[in-house]
Amino acid sequence: MIQFTLWDIVSHLLIGMGWTVGLSFAAFILGSTAGMVMLFARISPNPLLRQLAKIYIEFFQGTPLLMQLFLLFFGLALMGIDISALATALIGLTLFTSAYLAEIWRGCVESLPFGQWEASASLAMNRWQQMRYVIIPQAVRISLPPTVGFSVQVVKGTAVTSIIGFMEITKTGTMIANATFKPMLVYGLVAIGYFLICFPLSAFARRVERRSYATYMR
Amino acid sequence: MQLICVDELHKSFGDLEVLKGVSFSVKEGEVVAIIGRSGSGKSTLLRVLNGLESFGDGIVNIDGKRVSGLKADLIPLRLKVGMVFQQFNLFPHLTAGENVMLAPKVVKKESREHVTELAMEMLERVGLADKFNAYPDQLSGGQQQRVAIARALAMRPKVLLCDEITSALDPELVDEVLEVVQRLAADGMTLIMVTHEMRFAREVGDTLIFMHQGKVHEMGAPEELFTRPQTPELASFVKSVL
Repeated sequence: MIQFTLWDIVSHLLIGMGWTVGLSFAAFILGSTAGMVMLFARISPNPLLRQLAKIYIEFFQGTPLLMQLFLLFFGLALMGIDISALATALIGLTLFTSAYLAEIWRGCVESLPFGQWEASASLAMNRWQQMRYVIIPQAVRISLPPTVGFSVQVVKGTAVTSIIGFMEITKTGTMIANATFKPMLVYGLVAIGYFLICFPLSAFARRVERRSYATYMR
Repeated sequence: MQLICVDELHKSFGDLEVLKGVSFSVKEGEVVAIIGRSGSGKSTLLRVLNGLESFGDGIVNIDGKRVSGLKADLIPLRLKVGMVFQQFNLFPHLTAGENVMLAPKVVKKESREHVTELAMEMLERVGLADKFNAYPDQLSGGQQQRVAIARALAMRPKVLLCDEITSALDPELVDEVLEVVQRLAADGMTLIMVTHEMRFAREVGDTLIFMHQGKVHEMGAPEELFTRPQTPELASFVKSVL
């Protein structure tokens, strides 16, 4: 039987952690972009667009991420589309992230006083100009803390992709735990790995929260 | 020349009819003060003129163009009709100068140098040239409202609508805003203002409109209306506010 040194375990986990960070980062960037599109649809003057965006958001918020990944993974396979675990994980997390961010950002946009819309409209701005110069700059300021806070959820969400066989830190940990019979050690290290990724994010979220509050109170 | 012509204007919110056939006209350079109890429809009337509210029956003509209610016509309408609000509604993320510059820059696509100069000129006009780089929350309510006036003026509107612009101000800040409006009136700006400042309506207005239950109840020279109201409604209103 092969003996695993602690370094063997840690080095493999570090590779898995790299995939976790990479997947989270990619899903967050793509999810933000898609989320921005969903946000515009969600607050569009067009009722059809608004309704479609609402259904999209409700679906991704109202079902477990695991089910979404299963549906993607097996659904696409049934349709004859061969899709890797990485691609499934990335698409699934992107859709999940976009739905949540669109809803977080909608809350921020709607928390702005209606007078901001009226004042900019009365200055003959069109809807795009209102968004670009008046609404979004203010909404971004409010949205920073909850957005950074949500990125922690995305990181933790990547753990679920281990079920479909994507080799991120949790999946790597499971395999090592099975081989070494040291689940407490391995999962303990996995947990530390997540904490090392998430703690800086939540610390950053707290910082921007204080700062945006300070700006607001200037 | 008639700048604004409103004929038999009706407007309902659901089952509630707030404007029940309003008719009046405003000449270029005229200063019109609209008074009346709350709920008489005066703010709604102002918002219709700016396209912030749609309307039902009736005709509204502004600067020779009929207000259609079509979305495409809103922007040309608002280029002619500026508005100042009770709650100032300055953009809090922009400085006073940037608040004034924004619309000329992005709507009229005027050059940066030109809009900077324009903003300086407009802020000077409201006596706030030294506050160019101040953010709204660093200004008093009266100063914020003066910036809002400068912001509306920077679009060179043909008429400025003022919707109870001193109602949200502390009493000691009211006069500085009214002085600015008075100067605008003296400079020949066409003004329509909904106001609770009776003394101001009486002194600065050319025409006074008393709205009551969604209609123009009385209309005429302010002095005349205040001293010799023709209807018991205006008489009791004047009595209650003076």
